[in-house]
Amino acid sequence: MALIINEEQQMLRESAQGFFAEFAPMSELRRLREDDSDYCDLLWKRMVDMGWAAILVPEKYGGLGFGHVGMGQIMEQSGRALAASPLFSSAVIGVSAINLLGDERQKETLLPQIAAGQLMLSLAIDESRHHEPNDIALSALKTPEGYRLSGKKYGVIDGHSSAKLIVAARTQAEVGDKEGISLFLVDAKSSGLEILRTPTVDSRSVSIINFNEVIVPLENLLGPEGSGFAGLSSVLDIANAHLAAELLGIATESFDRTLRYLKERKQFGSLIGSFQALQHRTAHWWSEIELCKSIVLKCLSAIDEGDSRVPGLASIAKAKLCEVAELSTNEAIQMHGGVGMTDEYDIGFFIKRARPAQMLYGDYSYHGDRFAMMTGY
Amino acid sequence: MTDLQNFRIETREWLSDNCPPSMRIPAQSDKDTCWGGRNPNFSCEEQKLWMQRMAAKGWTAPMWATEYGGGGLSREEAKILREEMAKIKARRPLNSFGIDMLGPALIKFGSEELKMQHLPPIVRGEIRWCQGYSEPNAGSDLAGLQTKATDMGDHFVVNGQKVWTSYADKADWMFCLVRTDSDGKKQMGISLLLFDMKTPGVTPKPIKLISGSSPFCETFLDDVKVDKGQVVGEINHGWTIAKYLLTHEREMIGGFGTRDAGFRSLGQYATESVGLKQGRLANQLLRNDVIRWEVDAAVFALTAERVSDEAKAGQGVGATSAMLKYYGTELNKRRFETMMKLKGGEAIEWEGAASREGWLARSWLRTKGNSIEGGTSEVQLNIIAKNILGLG
Repeated sequence: MALIINEEQQMLRESAQGFFAEFAPMSELRRLREDDSDYCDLLWKRMVDMGWAAILVPEKYGGLGFGHVGMGQIMEQSGRALAASPLFSSAVIGVSAINLLGDERQKETLLPQIAAGQLMLSLAIDESRHHEPNDIALSALKTPEGYRLSGKKYGVIDGHSSAKLIVAARTQAEVGDKEGISLFLVDAKSSGLEILRTPTVDSRSVSIINFNEVIVPLENLLGPEGSGFAGLSSVLDIANAHLAAELLGIATESFDRTLRYLKERKQFGSLIGSFQALQHRTAHWWSEIELCKSIVLKCLSAIDEGDSRVPGLASIAKAKLCEVAELSTNEAIQMHGGVGMTDEYDIGFFIKRARPAQMLYGDYSYHGDRFAMMTGY
Repeated sequence: MTDLQNFRIETREWLSDNCPPSMRIPAQSDKDTCWGGRNPNFSCEEQKLWMQRMAAKGWTAPMWATEYGGGGLSREEAKILREEMAKIKARRPLNSFGIDMLGPALIKFGSEELKMQHLPPIVRGEIRWCQGYSEPNAGSDLAGLQTKATDMGDHFVVNGQKVWTSYADKADWMFCLVRTDSDGKKQMGISLLLFDMKTPGVTPKPIKLISGSSPFCETFLDDVKVDKGQVVGEINHGWTIAKYLLTHEREMIGGFGTRDAGFRSLGQYATESVGLKQGRLANQLLRNDVIRWEVDAAVFALTAERVSDEAKAGQGVGATSAMLKYYGTELNKRRFETMMKLKGGEAIEWEGAASREGWLARSWLRTKGNSIEGGTSEVQLNIIAKNILGLG
């Protein structure tokens, strides 16, 4: 398939761009920061009204079935605006997890609720400060009253505001083994569950969640018992593809703002954009972003087409976007000079959001290694 | 079944019947590249056969119109042909500056007479072309060229010196930028002339490179008589054509980043060179270099695909050839730097059968020119900054 977006996807992209410009300006991010809240309920309601929570939900479950290329356009624009919302944790990861792993009953009950913006979910997977999905130790012991979950999860995004958690746990085998992993839908109000919110550098938050013998009903097993790793991997590939789209938005907006600044700011009697030292760096930076557009689109299309190369493409996409987001947010500050360091200028917000997005579900070192292992070295 | 699917099947069958077995293994050295020309230097009979069979179908220049000897294929069909050739690892039947550079410019700017005269022999591999662009004092500043063509009524007399003329000593004809007017802006007053290398006064002299090879020449032009009918486009308006032609050169050179080296991935090459330890490349720091290169190469290849798809759909920013040239050549340099490190002591061998006469060391040194020829990386960055980003 050609590497271009179609007319419908282009329309969605433009409408998302207009939407975020109107309803999620930078002043809104500043307000949220003062309020100590992760996102604005009104903004989320508006996004739901746009139909965005339903984009990945198949039509038979009340969704739009519009696909990942479409959703990626919104994620990218959301990245440009640094807009915080449960779109990623619920409408991307939550929907994908239930759609890929859930049984008919779970899909029929949960997907329409997410599509309607009424149910928020969070994925709880990592158990250390680094992403290593093989190393799941949180135990799930099958008892007559249900599974008993004990252990600890780190870095759960939107963990404190979601009604349900999708928890990766070990039902058998040793830590480090891909076998023996199962996923569970856990009610956030379950007894024995302790959710500790920590504000993060991007004015959002992550949660540490303690599972103290939390009882989960048997029917809340999501996917096959003991062999949930493959499904989890697919969900993570999807998540990383959309994080790559968000990072592309961050990189592009950092670039565009800096390019404008280069054409406004004067020193030594000239616009600083006339200096070759900056022109060459800017041209290199632009080239890197052009490369990123290709891999993000390719990865999202591959997911929509059910291409078997998705795992490799997702790792390449995430790795490359980590690198270029870092380049972009650093160059943005450097080329803005002193004002780039001030809280008053918005340019500094981009590096603060890029880093958590880079780190989440594996940064360059994780995905570069994963990609190489897949290729045999 | 659609027409394209039919075309794919027919193409596959034809290639299967017509591509000789020895043309399906990666090129081992420069002599495996077929250049054609009046005095062709075929490495074997099958190389000649392969060129002639492809030329007879016009598939040496698949998208050129059939009236000029080309294949008359659509973009989609040409893509299918490329894919099917790649599938059986078929070598390019004919390498040609006539096909990659002059041809597209002639098709766009040339008179019908010039097209009919020059295009069919290019397709058939009968005439080998070289490019007379750079001069000793006009490298990156190409428009500052001074080779002078004096108007003598029905012909020009050309005097000057060209440099970096690729394979001028082996070429049959030259497309050459000359100054036909010295007044006014330097970009004005340039014309593109075509002449036979056998014309009296044309003297190519090979330049030996750090790689030991001599792919380029200095070419001296002393009172060279050129018929006025051999001007491409309008007199004094050659700069536009020159720039157009450079776009094609950039694309050609930029493409080096992803092809050749035996269709083997750098990861495989690295594995064969330093081995694995617990499933990972034994040398950890080099493993990082290999991974970074493979990631960038994969993303670059997708970008070339996207740029072409956008062009087909009439989207995109244009002028992206500067970016592809810049990125592709830098990528190729990194690839060979990494290969040198992976091969260690073996990589520095310059002669002897074991190293295929120092193939790696020589190729590595040759790649250093990739980011200089066809406009340096710095010139490409200037083009991006000025033409695409609007930085004055």
